[in-house]
Amino acid sequence: MAMAPNTASAAGGVAGAAVLDSPAVRRSLQRVEARKRWLAIGLTLPLLVFLLLTLLVPIAALLQRAVENPEVAASLSRTGAALAGWDRRSPPPAAAYAGVAADLAALDDGAQAGALARRLNTEVSGGRSLVMSTYRAVRQADAWGSGLAPEATRDKLLALDPRWADLRYWQAIAKNASRWTPDYLLTSVDLKRSPEGNIEQVEPDQRVFGRILLRTFEISLVVTLWCLALAYPLAWWLSTLPTRRANVLMILVLVPFWTSILVRVAAWIVLLQREGLVNKSLMGLSIIQEPLALLFNRTGVVIAMVHILLPFMILPLYSVMKSVPPTYLRAAISLGSPPLAAFWRVYVPQTFPGIGAGALLVFILSIGYYVTPALLGGADDQMISYYIAQYTNVDVNWGMACALGAVLLVATLLLYAVYRRLVKSELSLG
Amino acid sequence: MKIDPLASAIAAAAVTLLALPALAQQQITVVNFGGANGNAQKKAYFEPIEKTGIKVQQVEYNGEQAKIKAMVETKKITWDVVEVESPDVNRGCDEGLFEKLDYAKIGNKADFQPAAVHECGIGIFVWSTVMAYNGDKLKDAPKTWADFWDVKKYPGKRGMRKGARYNLEFALMADGVKPADVYKVLASKDGAERAFKKLTELKPNIQWWEAGAQPPQFLVAGDVAMTTAYNGRIDAAQREGKNLKISWTGGIYDLDYWTIVKGSPNKDAALKFIAFASSPDAQAEYARNISYGPTNNKALAKLDPKVLALLPTSPANSKDALQFNISFWADAGEELEKRFASWAAK
Repeated sequence: MAMAPNTASAAGGVAGAAVLDSPAVRRSLQRVEARKRWLAIGLTLPLLVFLLLTLLVPIAALLQRAVENPEVAASLSRTGAALAGWDRRSPPPAAAYAGVAADLAALDDGAQAGALARRLNTEVSGGRSLVMSTYRAVRQADAWGSGLAPEATRDKLLALDPRWADLRYWQAIAKNASRWTPDYLLTSVDLKRSPEGNIEQVEPDQRVFGRILLRTFEISLVVTLWCLALAYPLAWWLSTLPTRRANVLMILVLVPFWTSILVRVAAWIVLLQREGLVNKSLMGLSIIQEPLALLFNRTGVVIAMVHILLPFMILPLYSVMKSVPPTYLRAAISLGSPPLAAFWRVYVPQTFPGIGAGALLVFILSIGYYVTPALLGGADDQMISYYIAQYTNVDVNWGMACALGAVLLVATLLLYAVYRRLVKSELSLG
Repeated sequence: MKIDPLASAIAAAAVTLLALPALAQQQITVVNFGGANGNAQKKAYFEPIEKTGIKVQQVEYNGEQAKIKAMVETKKITWDVVEVESPDVNRGCDEGLFEKLDYAKIGNKADFQPAAVHECGIGIFVWSTVMAYNGDKLKDAPKTWADFWDVKKYPGKRGMRKGARYNLEFALMADGVKPADVYKVLASKDGAERAFKKLTELKPNIQWWEAGAQPPQFLVAGDVAMTTAYNGRIDAAQREGKNLKISWTGGIYDLDYWTIVKGSPNKDAALKFIAFASSPDAQAEYARNISYGPTNNKALAKLDPKVLALLPTSPANSKDALQFNISFWADAGEELEKRFASWAAK
């Protein structure tokens, strides 16, 4: 926007250099330009603020939540201090027991104890009930007078709940005594910190997110390839039609695009179920004897996702194909190339930007899919967003949800970087 | 003295306006899970209580505690009374999401089932996760979880809820564990191993469901031969004339609770609502609309035997049932659910 007056003045300079060179004119020109520049900034300001508030701030908050670990540090400060020099293998010092009793007794309301219990329970199953029962016991202040020697407190705690002898709980407390933690991020790639602080793989029966991430990419890739295979011929056919007919057909592409995803998912359930339309007609035509399992498995997920994401492939392909002159193909054939070779070597390369844009768009949209796999897939067809929702809503473990979100964000950015590398052009969405 | 008609009209209007706030109804927002259950609550609780001057605005949710947590954290409370599942009443109570209930304003604790009385919530109804099948398609009724696992005798898919909860218990019962011992076994490392191993046997035949409305639909559509289901959903399908049947043996019963969101601006009205909804008459009316068991024992006397026979709390139905163990799942839930996800991916 700010460039426009510049070019105008340059053009004017050729015509009447003498007049324009006078300092007064130059000054007033600069004033006008400055005003325009400020106006331009002012006009984009709402958008910048909007982007800042709705995109950058939430992403920053998400990344912060993924490494934030305030629960243990805030509520078990004495315990943390007492455990600072502990070797994490031998029984913890008596001062640590005294610290736990004093810390829990000092918590002013139940919410803090609850948050602590939840945090420790994500580390060691049983941490919740251990913390809550101890918290309720030490709240009866007279029984746990501060005059008690640390050793006596230790014995009392062990009598209250023998699980306090279990080193795993103490290791979890010691490990989480700092305000920041890499644990959520490590867990989201199936790693963990050992009590000594080394990074190692989690136990095989808890190893899950690596596979889920792979599964997410696998489903997205399959969906992208199917979309490409279906959209390419269709977009090509549309681009060869006269505009009027192409527009009518384009509406057919866009109508489902404007329909709610949930409605379309429900429609697929009706169509694909065991005694649904698809199975009934295939059996009626004697093509199959037994109904096919099309629903609540990978097939159903892929079918519905391809249907939902197809327009995102068709639109960029169509707009790129519209701009490819048909004469090139004719020229290649008239110069002796077989039609198929001409198509592959002359036409297809010219549509690469459309293929790239469509594939990237479909792929990136796919890896965030949640509702479709949740409703149409089985237990092993869920993508990473399902687990993010699970941690957010069901387990209310927001640190873990944010860490998985961060992994998804990084994966998406990496993919985009790879795309930029391969295509060496800006993303063109037509 | 002559009275100016205009002035008197203005005065009358002013009086009405001033009086309005005093006469206005109190409005509270009650959040539940919707569906057949929501309709029954509307008939038994929300509509009758309007006569007492409390207007209920009904909101549906899907059990997401995240919303309640966000409200409490930001101190913008728009929900007053929320129906929550049993693990959440415990957890939310620990974490300070709910108000402590004043039982003096609700009723006599002794009138309620022991499990219904919680410091942060009061049981609304008893529901059960049971085995269900289509009576038109399975003539030979399956009775136990071992039958559920027997795909030779009863060919066809099995519907199960996506997740570890309930399924591990059912697997252990199918493996011969007595209902009374299920949680003892499951708490041990070997017991969890055993449950997952049993689940693996059935894995190729499982069709997973996500929402409570799906199992009856699976049965009617013929997708599965048997399924686990919430008993109220099967009841709703029966009321629509479908021949779906329940096998109560080894069902897992559990309660849903009314809770008041911490910091609710309408706490008094919310408590009045809970007191009303916990009264014998209202609970009996509710049980007539959907076959979930009342938590107020006095409501049972008001129901006729036909209705009672359909409830999870009836003696015949609860004889071989298992009560869902909240504290076990509060401790082990996250680890077992993660293990389930890992198992499902294999």
